[in-house]
Order: sequence, then C-alpha cells, then structure tokens
Amino acid sequence: MQLVRPTASRRAAIALRSTVALKAAMAVSGLVMMVYLVVHMYGNLKVFSGQAAFDGYALHLRTIGEPFLPYAGALWVVRVVLLLSVAVHIYAAVTVWRRARGATWGRGGGRYQSRKSPRGVQRTYASFTLRWGGVVIALFIVYHLLHLTSNTIHPGGASESPYVRVVHGFGLWWVVASYTIALLALGLHIRHGLWSALADLGANTSVARRRYLNVAATTTATVIIVGFLMPPFAILFGWVR
Amino acid sequence: MVPYEVPDISPQMSFLEVLDVLNERLTLSGEEPIAFDHDCREGICGACGLVINGVAHGPEAATTTCQLHMRSFHDGDQIDVEPWRARPFPVIKDLVVDRSSFDRMIQAGGFISAPTGSAPEANTVPVPKARNDHAFDAAVCIGCGACVAACPNGSAMLFAGAKITHLGLLPQGQPERDSRALSMIAQHDAEGFGACTQIGECTAVCPKSIQLDVISRFDHDVLAALRRGEP
Repeated sequence: MQLVRPTASRRAAIALRSTVALKAAMAVSGLVMMVYLVVHMYGNLKVFSGQAAFDGYALHLRTIGEPFLPYAGALWVVRVVLLLSVAVHIYAAVTVWRRARGATWGRGGGRYQSRKSPRGVQRTYASFTLRWGGVVIALFIVYHLLHLTSNTIHPGGASESPYVRVVHGFGLWWVVASYTIALLALGLHIRHGLWSALADLGANTSVARRRYLNVAATTTATVIIVGFLMPPFAILFGWVR
Repeated sequence: MVPYEVPDISPQMSFLEVLDVLNERLTLSGEEPIAFDHDCREGICGACGLVINGVAHGPEAATTTCQLHMRSFHDGDQIDVEPWRARPFPVIKDLVVDRSSFDRMIQAGGFISAPTGSAPEANTVPVPKARNDHAFDAAVCIGCGACVAACPNGSAMLFAGAKITHLGLLPQGQPERDSRALSMIAQHDAEGFGACTQIGECTAVCPKSIQLDVISRFDHDVLAALRRGEP
C-alpha cells in the first residue's frame, strides 16, 4: 500500500465516496424514514377513534393539497422520498458491509480462533441484529404493502375500508405475530441505528453526550414499538372491533 | 494455535514475561522462539499488543499487554494468544503484525503550520482549559492498533479520530483542519479498513481509554470540510 496523495481538487471527490460520506448518507436516509415512522404511528393510533376517523384520515392523506395537487399527489411525493431513502440506505449499508467483510476476511468479530469472547466486550444485542434485522424489516415491508396498501393479500377478509381490513387482519394471531417480530427487529434497528446515525453526523462530542444519545435512541425505539403494537393487540384481544 | 505449557509462573509476572520464560525454554531446547512485539514494557510505547482469550490486550480495562499481570488469570488456565487480525495489519511472524498502515495515515494527516525559529511566548495563543484537557485525552493514543483488532468491521476510526481530535481542538491545528480530515479518511479507506458502526468495542479495549467521541469528531470534520469546499 502506498501513501495516497490526493491533490487539493481530488480530496473532496475522494471524501465524497468515503466510508464517512456513506455513513452520513445512511444516517440522513434513516432519519427521513424515522420521521415517516412517527407520522405513520400517529395515523395508526386513529384506529382507537373508530372507523369514521380512521377511514377519514386515510382518505385525507390522499386529498391533501387538492386542488393544487392531484388525488394522492402529496402521498406520492412522500412515497418517492421514501423510496429514494430506502435505496440510499440499502446501497450505503451494502457498500459499508462489504468493506467491513473485506477488512476481516468475511468473518467480522468472529475472526479470532479463540471462542472465549464470542460476544465481544460490551456489544449490545441490537448491534448484532442491525444487518439481518434490516433484511427482516425489508421483507416485512413488502408483505405489509401487499396487505394494507395495495390490498393484494387480505388475511381475515377483504374490504374497501382500511379500518375493516386492519381489524380483519389483526384478528388473526399469526398476522399479529409476524407484525410483532418485524416490530421487534425494527425496534432493535432503531435502538442502535438512531444512536449510530446521530454519532455519524457528529453529534457525539463527549462521554456524557454518548450516554444521552443512547438514552434518546432507546426511548425512541421503545415509543415506536409500543405505539405500533398497541392497535394490533387491542384488535386481537377484541377491544377494538 | 499451538499449545504450550508454561510452569512456574508467579502472579507478579507480566504477560510478556511469561512469553520471555517460554521463549527462553524454547531456545534452550533448540526450538524457535515465538516472535512478539514489545519495547518499553511500561505501557506508553504502543509496540506490544496481543489478542488474549479473544480480547485485545486481555481482560483488564485500560491496560496494555505489557502491563497485564498474571494475577488477572487463575492457576492452570488455558490462555489463547493471537496476533491482531485485520487485512491492513498483515502478520509478519507469529504474533508480530505490520502496522505501517497507521504510519501512512499519520503521514497523510500531514503537518501543522507553526512558527519556528524564535519560540513564541507561551501565552500568545490562549487555549481554554476544557479544550486543552479534551485534546490531551485524545493525544494519549499510543497507536497500538487494539481498536482495529477489536472492531468487528476492522475499522481504524478510533485511531484516526484520536489524531483528528487532538489537533482539531487546538488553535494550532486549525489551518490544516479540513485538508487533514479529507486526507486521513482517504488513506484510511485506501488501506482497506472498514467503516465504523458505533459499536464501541474499540474504546472498550483501548489501553489509553480513548473515547468514542473522537470518531464522531472525525466524521464531523470530514463532513464539515466537504460542506465548506476546499480553497
């Protein structure tokens, strides 16, 4: 390996493709999706206000900005932003993952022959689940969109009313179970991902700040899991019908 | 891994002294001694470094291998000893690895502009106490490479971040702050080190307790340099 001596004009171009820039891209796209999740969770909780409120909200999402925007125009703007975020997030994750594998002969933390410290010194469980958890979340999103967005599959019975579709779906234990598994993967992903995103963007400036950011990430992850799990369990137990 | 039995070890012996005892025996019996890196043996040079039972520098926190004593183990323990493992740290022999990738990162970081010739009056450039302390906390990095050895991604961000933080917090480090961050990340990536995922294994094994915030400061300096654009 030689010393890289980039000229002043090349330095920025190289840094733009560096691991630090990739992580920043992953962090920003992740934060965009986090904001969407919070709004999504708020919308889900309208199921507790009854069918009229829930279906009205679903319709409202499609009529925001009318007549300036066409029907579902605002929704499509959000969808395009989300699709871009997902693409950037996955591209950055795969690139960074391949680099890490390259540096460690494809074995990561398991590259030492000694098996006396398989879990490292202080690693959190969430840090182990980040990559595979991301795959679980991606697969779940496909299933979730087919179920509740495109109305392609309808466990528990089809309906034109989003409210009825939700209540039918979450009346089945296995729908709730798959949703719960995906949510736990999401929670762990947010637990490590949010902290990591903020640190990657330069927010971690001291030992106290590291603790604070970790508490913030854990709290956010907990709020999101609980918020998203309340409707399905309320339906499963028959409190919402 | 090859098993060796080393009898007559006292709890006061350092880990490297055990290797000395073993090597003496191997030499006397006509076998080749085990190669390992060491120099000052007082925890300040950064030469020694072994992965002991899967943990860089062994079980004690904030301790180099030379300062690790056998009282940290039990009589009759089987202890696994391995070299640092990462692609940019090729093994030269036995437990000795080539860490010149670190030297090249330092070289890439370059110089700072400081007046030489007539020494300036010490109080010409005021430095706030807290900044000074923080910079010094980063400057104590001895460049041993334990951070890379412990990192699941084989990243050297803690090492590079310590250098960036140490200079970036001080007024003397400001003129080249942007170019230093950009050049060091270019070298870091070119050497084949992985990217940081903020897991914290590096800081947990660091014999000098370099904190994770140095990585965030490195990230910040690279992004800030990109945002400002180069002169």
